[in-house]
Amino acid sequence: MNNENRENREIILAGFGGQGILFAGKMLAYFGLLGGREVSWLPSYGPEMRGGTANCSVCISDKPIGSPLVTEPNILIVMNNPSYDKFINAVAPDGLAIVDSSLVGARSDRKDINCVYVPATQMADENGLRGMANIILVGMLIKETGIASAEIIRKALEKIIPAAKKHLVESNMKAIELGMNS
Amino acid sequence: MERNLMKGNEALAEAAIRAGCKCFFGYPITPQTEISAYMAKRMPKVGGVFLQAESEIAAINMVYGCASSGIRCMTSSSSPGISLKSEGVSYIAGSDLPCVIINVMRGGPGLGGIQPSQSDYWQATRALGHGDFQVLVYAPSSVQEMADYVTKAFDMADKFRMPALILADGLLGQMMEPVTFADGEIKMSDASGKPWATCGHGNKRPHNIINSLYLQAEELEQHNIERFKRYELVKAECPEAESYLTDDADIVVAAYGSTARLARSAVDTARSRGIKAGLVRPITLWPFPDKQIKAACANAKRVLVTEMSMGQMVDDIKLAIECRLPVSFFGRTGGVIPKPSEILAQIVTLDEELKGE
Repeated sequence: MNNENRENREIILAGFGGQGILFAGKMLAYFGLLGGREVSWLPSYGPEMRGGTANCSVCISDKPIGSPLVTEPNILIVMNNPSYDKFINAVAPDGLAIVDSSLVGARSDRKDINCVYVPATQMADENGLRGMANIILVGMLIKETGIASAEIIRKALEKIIPAAKKHLVESNMKAIELGMNS
Repeated sequence: MERNLMKGNEALAEAAIRAGCKCFFGYPITPQTEISAYMAKRMPKVGGVFLQAESEIAAINMVYGCASSGIRCMTSSSSPGISLKSEGVSYIAGSDLPCVIINVMRGGPGLGGIQPSQSDYWQATRALGHGDFQVLVYAPSSVQEMADYVTKAFDMADKFRMPALILADGLLGQMMEPVTFADGEIKMSDASGKPWATCGHGNKRPHNIINSLYLQAEELEQHNIERFKRYELVKAECPEAESYLTDDADIVVAAYGSTARLARSAVDTARSRGIKAGLVRPITLWPFPDKQIKAACANAKRVLVTEMSMGQMVDDIKLAIECRLPVSFFGRTGGVIPKPSEILAQIVTLDEELKGE
């Protein structure tokens, strides 16, 4: 995938604290930033982050972003049951929902959205990428939407992974490829 | 210029350092702690001072002392912490000293909550402490503006020898957006250009005194009159507002800070449905941009004020338009962020009212 698709994106990522929800959101924001676009990233903050649910809103657009708070996402990435219940019906018609089916048992009966189920947590464990289910889901998002080119993906990873943890760039790349090829 | 992806709190802290803020005195509180954390990391590397005080009250009094010496300094907190600082702010204003104070608002009153809010508008614009004084109040609406207006706050505070407040909220503090900073070396401020500063003079001039105590009533009155003369200059120079699609608007939404972003989305959707809506956004809350508000509402038939509070800016809007139009209010409070769709519903209701007339 070498040309990124420049549609407007209003994304919600949601799951448990500790699954890397905010990090995955940051990665998406960097895809937009490095593509020369307007972006915003808004985390939930507060008591829910301590072992409870965490979510964040990411907007990517060619125009100045109004509300950074996403209430009707055209993309949803969801990594636990409470978040699935909370957000699946908020997805805008024709939107995309990417669900970690290792952790979410439910299947949506909505016919007006594209639901993709990826056993990301299981895939991460089986491939020696424990804790990178979030990145596998980002890989699936790239496959479904063409949101970032290969060049931008690598640049974004190099930007957000601190120099001291440089070795993680390759494992993150591997996780993204796993998602893109699933 | 490189676009950096930063949180509002961090961008503000970086811009303050670049504006020559040499000393930062803080005390942690959600949702502004990233300012302190950033200052703790950066200040020692650029030759500045980061000090975590034992309380908000201590921090503001350290600002009082530091500002007396003519050095650019700052403190930051969130709503309950700002209340604690109010005594010190009054002393600083009474001593006619420049400094910058940051309030990243959260829900109140009392300890309240930690989610975004705008319920300190009255405190910021009417009574950030006791006595006859005002502070300059800037309300940024993006991460870039968090950086830009802290720079301006330092400049204007110095120019008019008064405290300047950045009134932000948890949403602006926590969100990340692209931000650029002007190039140039970081140069820490000193007392140059401030002949009133108590910074040591080697017996080369009469000594300066910084004080807010005047036991002679006439003398205190005179100081207050002088200060309010200066406020007239501030009112002439500083008011700022942004208008968006107001020229032909039947319905003008008035909102500041992050709520203006939510309102802008609602206005865009209203326009796409053929409703003539616009937005006016005060950037300075004191002095209030009366002229700009009045001009933005010149052709309007209805005004809708929207805030994350129970409606603290409504009276200022009514005064700005001299009560010539019906003004309605929609707000969420306690840390609840209004949805653009909720603001849109209010616009639609007003539009239906107008059609029925």
